[in-house]
Amino acid sequence: MIEELIKKASSKSAKNSTKASSVVISSRLRLARNLKDSPFPNRANLAQKCDILSKIEAVLEEVSYMKKGYFFKMEELSSLEKKMLVERHWISRELSEIDEGSAVSISSDQLCSVMINEEDHLRIQFIKNGFNLNALWKTVNDFDDFLENKLPYAFSKDLGYITACPTNLGTGLRASVMMHLPGLSISDHIEKVIRASNQLGLAVRGLFGEGSDASGHIYQISNQQTLGESEKDILDRLAGVLKNIIEHELNARIKYYENNKEKLIDMVCRSFGILQNAHLINSDEAMNHLSFMRMAIDLGFLPEEFRRLIDYLFIEIQPGHIQYPDSNISVAFRDIKRAEILRNNFKKLPPLNFDK
Amino acid sequence: MANKLKCSLCDAYATVHLTQIINNQIQKIDLCESCAQKKGVTDSEGFSLAEMLSNAEYQPYTEDKNCDSCGLTLAEFKKSGRFGCASCYESFESVLKPILDEMHIGNHHIGKMPVRSMKGICKEEKIKALKDKLSSAIKAEAYEDAALYRDELDALMQSSDDV
Repeated sequence: MIEELIKKASSKSAKNSTKASSVVISSRLRLARNLKDSPFPNRANLAQKCDILSKIEAVLEEVSYMKKGYFFKMEELSSLEKKMLVERHWISRELSEIDEGSAVSISSDQLCSVMINEEDHLRIQFIKNGFNLNALWKTVNDFDDFLENKLPYAFSKDLGYITACPTNLGTGLRASVMMHLPGLSISDHIEKVIRASNQLGLAVRGLFGEGSDASGHIYQISNQQTLGESEKDILDRLAGVLKNIIEHELNARIKYYENNKEKLIDMVCRSFGILQNAHLINSDEAMNHLSFMRMAIDLGFLPEEFRRLIDYLFIEIQPGHIQYPDSNISVAFRDIKRAEILRNNFKKLPPLNFDK
Repeated sequence: MANKLKCSLCDAYATVHLTQIINNQIQKIDLCESCAQKKGVTDSEGFSLAEMLSNAEYQPYTEDKNCDSCGLTLAEFKKSGRFGCASCYESFESVLKPILDEMHIGNHHIGKMPVRSMKGICKEEKIKALKDKLSSAIKAEAYEDAALYRDELDALMQSSDDV
C-alpha cells in the first residue's frame, strides 16, 4: 500500500505561477487536539493509547474526505517506510520514532494527514502548494469541526485547546510556509531575515523542521505563539511578514543579477552541468544545485513547465526515497543512484536560455 | 595556567563567554554563572522551555509536587516540557502562569471554540454555581431555597450527558 502511495505522489505545483509562488513552495497548517479525560500519549500506557487510536480511527472512517485514503499503524511500517513518510512531510520525525499505539491517516489527494498519538492525540495537517493560508484554514477548520462533533476534545475557556506541550496551547495552530530563498542566501542577507523573523515571534527552520539545516536554500517559517491571538490574527500576522520576505527575496535576486550577472549565470550553468553529468552526488550538494535550477526558472533561463519537475526532485533525491525499497544499500551506492536519477531527468531539459 | 577571566558584572570568575555579532560589530562579554542566569543569556538559542523551568524564580513548589490526576511530577515536566494530562494545567497552575506569559502573546484563549465542549463547560459551570448556592442556603438554614436548588441540580445532572 505504501508503494502505491509513494508512486502516486507526484509533485503538484501551483497551477498559476505568480511571483509569490516562485518564492513560496508550499503552505501548511497544523492543529493539535486532545481527547478529554485521557492522558496524553507520553503518559498513556499502551492499552490506553490503543483505545484512543481506535476511537479516532472509527471517526476518521466516517470522514468522506478520508475515505479512499491510507491508514498506517506505525508498528506495521519499516523504518525506511517511515523515513519516506517523513521526507514527504506526512509524518513528523517524532512519530517515526514511535512503534506501537500510533498511526497516520493520509487522504487520497495527499493534502491531509492526521497523526494519531504523536505528542498529542491528534495532529491534523493540511499542506498545499503555493501561498494561500486563508483558503487552507477554511479546509482545516471544516475538518476539525467534523471531528469535534464526534470526539470530545479537551478544551478550557481560558486556555483554549489543551495540548501536551504548553507551547501549542490556545488555538493549537501552527502555520508554516516553506520558502525558497536563494537570493537572500547568496547575497548574505538571510541571517538578517531570520533574526527579524525571530523578533516578530516567528520561527525559521530548515526543510525538515526543528534541527534540520537549510539545504537547497529552503526555509520553513512558522508562528511560535498560539495563545492570546485568534487563528485569523495568527495567519494575518504571518502572511504580513511573509509578503515582506517575498519582496526582499525578489529584490535580492534582481540586485544580485544586476551587480553580478556573470557570476550568477556561471553558478546556474555549473549547477546545470553537474546535474546533467555527475555520477556521484550527495543529497546536500544535489539540493543546492536544484535550488539554482529553481531560481533559473524564476529568472526565465528555463521554461516554467519544469518547476514541477524540480520540486518533485527535491523530494525524490532524499536518502529514504533513494534507498527504497532496499534499506541496505550503502551511502556510496545511494550517491550513484541519486546522480543517475538526476542525469536521466536533466537530459530532458532544454539548454539554458539567457536572452529573456 | 592561563589567566581566568573575571565576570564583567561582578568579581567572580567567568564561566559563560558570550559572543554576539550586531551590525557586523563583534561584542564579547564574560559572565559568571549567576550573572548569566540573572541576565538570561545562558541559552544562546533564545527561548528555551527547559532553561526557563530550571530558573529558580519559577519554582514555587517542591520537586515532589504531583498532578492529582495522572501523577506527573514537576520534575518530570521540567525534564520533558510536556504535561501528562489536561488536569496537569490545574495542578501546576501557579508554575505555569509566568511561563505562559513569556511564551505567548496573551494568557487567555482568543479564537475558535468547539461547540460541543462549550456546552459541557457551560453545564459544569451551572452545576458548580448551583452547588455553591445550595451550600450557602444550607448554611443560612434557608431550607426551602435549598430544596429548590437541590431539585434543579438533580435535574441538571440527569440531563443528557452528551458532551
